[in-house]
Amino acid sequence: MTNDVIRLLGKKDLFIQGDEAAVYGALIADCRFFAGYPITPATEVAEGMAIWMPRLGGVYVQMEDEIASIAAVIGASCTGVKSMTSTSGPGFSLMQECIGYACMAEIPCVIVNVQRGGPSTGQPTEAAQGDVMQAMWGTHGDHQLIALAPKSVQETLDLTIESFNLSEDYRVPVILLLDAEIGHMREKVVLPEVTTVKVDERVPATIGPDKYRPYRTGFTRPSKVPEFAPFGSGYRTYVTGLTHDKRGFPVTTSAEVHEELVRRLIEKVQDDIDDIWYHETSFLEDAEIIVVSYGTTSRPAVSAVKMARKNGIKVGHIRLITIWPFHYEKMREYLKNAHTVIVPEMNLGQMFHPIRETVGKDTKVVSAPKIGGAIHTPYEILKFIEGDVK
Amino acid sequence: MKAGIRISGFGGQGIILSGVIVGKAAVFDGLNAVQTQSYGPEARGGSTRSEVVVSDEEIDYPKVESASVSLIMSQEAFYKYASRTKREGLIIYDPELIPDNKIEGNFKLAEINATRIASELGTKIVANIVMLGAFNEVCSLISKDSMIESIKDSIPKMLDLNLNAFETGMKKVNIIK
Amino acid sequence: MSFISNDIVIDKYLRKDMLPTIFCTGCGIGSVMNFCLRAIHDLNIDMNKTVFVSGIGCSSRVPGYIYSDGLHSLHGRAIAYATGVKLANPELKVIVFTGDGDCGAIGGNHFLHAIRRNVDITVISINNFIYGMTGGQVAPTTPLRSKTTTTPYGNIEYPIDLSMMAKVIGAPYVARWTTAHPIQCMNSIKKALQKTGFSFVEVLAPCPTSYGRLNKMGNTLDMTKHFKESTINIKTYEKMLAEGKDTDKMIIGELVDIEKEDFNTKYKKFCGELK
Ligand SMILES: Cc1ncc(C[n+]2csc(CCOP(=O)(O)OP(=O)(O)O)c2C)c(N)n1
Ligand code: SF4
Ligand SMILES: [Mg+2]
Repeated sequence: MTNDVIRLLGKKDLFIQGDEAAVYGALIADCRFFAGYPITPATEVAEGMAIWMPRLGGVYVQMEDEIASIAAVIGASCTGVKSMTSTSGPGFSLMQECIGYACMAEIPCVIVNVQRGGPSTGQPTEAAQGDVMQAMWGTHGDHQLIALAPKSVQETLDLTIESFNLSEDYRVPVILLLDAEIGHMREKVVLPEVTTVKVDERVPATIGPDKYRPYRTGFTRPSKVPEFAPFGSGYRTYVTGLTHDKRGFPVTTSAEVHEELVRRLIEKVQDDIDDIWYHETSFLEDAEIIVVSYGTTSRPAVSAVKMARKNGIKVGHIRLITIWPFHYEKMREYLKNAHTVIVPEMNLGQMFHPIRETVGKDTKVVSAPKIGGAIHTPYEILKFIEGDVK
Repeated sequence: MKAGIRISGFGGQGIILSGVIVGKAAVFDGLNAVQTQSYGPEARGGSTRSEVVVSDEEIDYPKVESASVSLIMSQEAFYKYASRTKREGLIIYDPELIPDNKIEGNFKLAEINATRIASELGTKIVANIVMLGAFNEVCSLISKDSMIESIKDSIPKMLDLNLNAFETGMKKVNIIK
Repeated sequence: MSFISNDIVIDKYLRKDMLPTIFCTGCGIGSVMNFCLRAIHDLNIDMNKTVFVSGIGCSSRVPGYIYSDGLHSLHGRAIAYATGVKLANPELKVIVFTGDGDCGAIGGNHFLHAIRRNVDITVISINNFIYGMTGGQVAPTTPLRSKTTTTPYGNIEYPIDLSMMAKVIGAPYVARWTTAHPIQCMNSIKKALQKTGFSFVEVLAPCPTSYGRLNKMGNTLDMTKHFKESTINIKTYEKMLAEGKDTDKMIIGELVDIEKEDFNTKYKKFCGELK
């Protein structure tokens, strides 16, 4: 399938928008179900899927709202089909209850959130990174999901494929956090080599229906991720958002069952955080000031760090690619020698909080916020760096 | 090498498409390119802007601050963006749309009656392609082959008309200083 | 119609380890589940290829007891989840169990749009005129003047008629019965299951615990009597109309039975044309 798609796309070098790159990434990852609802600046994702799904034997459907979209995506995924939706702030807010459902019932799905200025309808066409906290904590209850933030159109394509892989591997919803800037930006994209692109599938049930328990783990292999039996496979599974036992049956008043389940939902991701936590570092060796950025903002941040280095300032840079889970331990390690950490974000300080939690009293954490739509200029970030030279 | 190209005008002139063509052509030349645009209420008939950063290295900051090249297709855009061109940068404009085109400063200037030429060729719609022809004639940033390849790739319809518009733009551009 | 014993139903169609059900004594939901399973038995439907989908509520607990694939989704969202299942795998038979609140209030929009799309699913809505699971609050179907815990002085909002809504939007199969009409109800479910496209069966069912108790019909017998008195068969109703008479009673019977191409068929056709 994947190979067919790459061939179908024809040329290898493309000049496309971030939203389109998410579409191509999804096609390459074998996504064959898309349900969505139009919203700026994510509409191009839906439009792209509307073109491609019918040609590839997949399904495209425009639902009546975003709740229906994510609901249909979860339903489709229960049949074993890789499924995706895309949206922006207002729609992302509507999806929250279903995102929690996907966490609880362990149904893989990918949600592309092309962030725009909020709250509410806010700035439909302007970029923001205001949904970073919501991505992790928008749904109620303890849970763990995965969120990734690409910095370029190429990375949007690559991370869309990776979103599907992680979603399949861990059976969690994966949120791909774009923003209006990257969603509409056009850049050169090179499609992956047919032979090297890695596409994962959820692990299927390896034992017969008589012994199989939909939520039993560690039985056939050492993993906290249960094996999957799609609807229609004869396994006759029951999927619920209520707290359930290993058979999948509701058990709603037992503290033990609840705690065991919820802890496993979190641990299945957290145990592998070293593999899941993608990031990049530069100039850290002697850095006294460290800029931590993610997504589009890391582009002016890199420029600013390079300029500051030219001026002789000992500044380094960490780019978070995986936003959630946040790797407290690794970050503590990286930041321990810095006297100042600067966090530029297109919001009034969100990742600023976990970063501040990471460091000791001797390290100052500075929020470098920007809202309104325009991305930071390198000079704006440079000013923060220069302001903190000791 | 790193250059920023800003194309501005009003909605309906194909400003964004022009940016896409330039960016794609740069990619065909083996360069890196980022194209962005201003959207919003502006995109509906108001002023529109498209920016392309071209570089032989990785492009970090994707926006154009001072443009190396400004292609301007409306009076309003001229007032707004002409002066946001780099020193010794190039400004190409359509003088019939921009009667007030006096500008102080150390710029290279070129004129092209893109809209009139386009009308004469059959339709005003291709004025943006006439502009691109002028751009290609005056500025050697991107190869002509790649520009033509990019036009073919971006607007498969009415190819002859567009190629004609491009060539005419190359021929008719008038370098002022 | 083959009459099978309860033992067979339990043995063949229920998840024994999920029993007993949570349903109160005298609750009508169990009966509707029974009608549905007997319809399935008669039609010899492959339970390995059947998915029951539901929302949240007492009625939505039905799929938990049935030995097939089951998707107990979120309050109001059953039809949207079911749409995903059916579109992603058209081979599956998809049956939705939903309450009147689940279907008509929080899920009203999904109901409407699944009908518009003509998704090939069967929706069985158990209408007990109240929110049973949460202890008896007013529902969009609650009749005027009825008492609920949130309309302690009587309901002043006009109720919605789910079946008429389905008919008006264009569902190819719509029927409404009460739990006092087991045979008719079973037959309608059978027809619904055989219909390609959106089929809707509404079953008026007693909730003695909430609706009954609050409205002085505390036992199932009272409620059954009430259903008989407050409903009128469509055939009788049509005769009345012909005679120029009208009634406030709720119309029951087979309300729509037409043929209409469903979403999957249309989708498959247009995909074929693309190639
Ligand atoms: C989003 C959300 N809101 C509210 C509830 C609480 N709730 C659970 S069931 C229910 C009403 C159920 O009524 P109905 O759909 O008629 O089903 P019944 O119990 O009567 O069969 C409500 C309000 C919920 N689970 N989720
Ligand atoms: S509360 Fe009402 S609807 Fe729910 S189980 Fe009891 S009788 Fe049935
Ligand atoms: Mg009810």
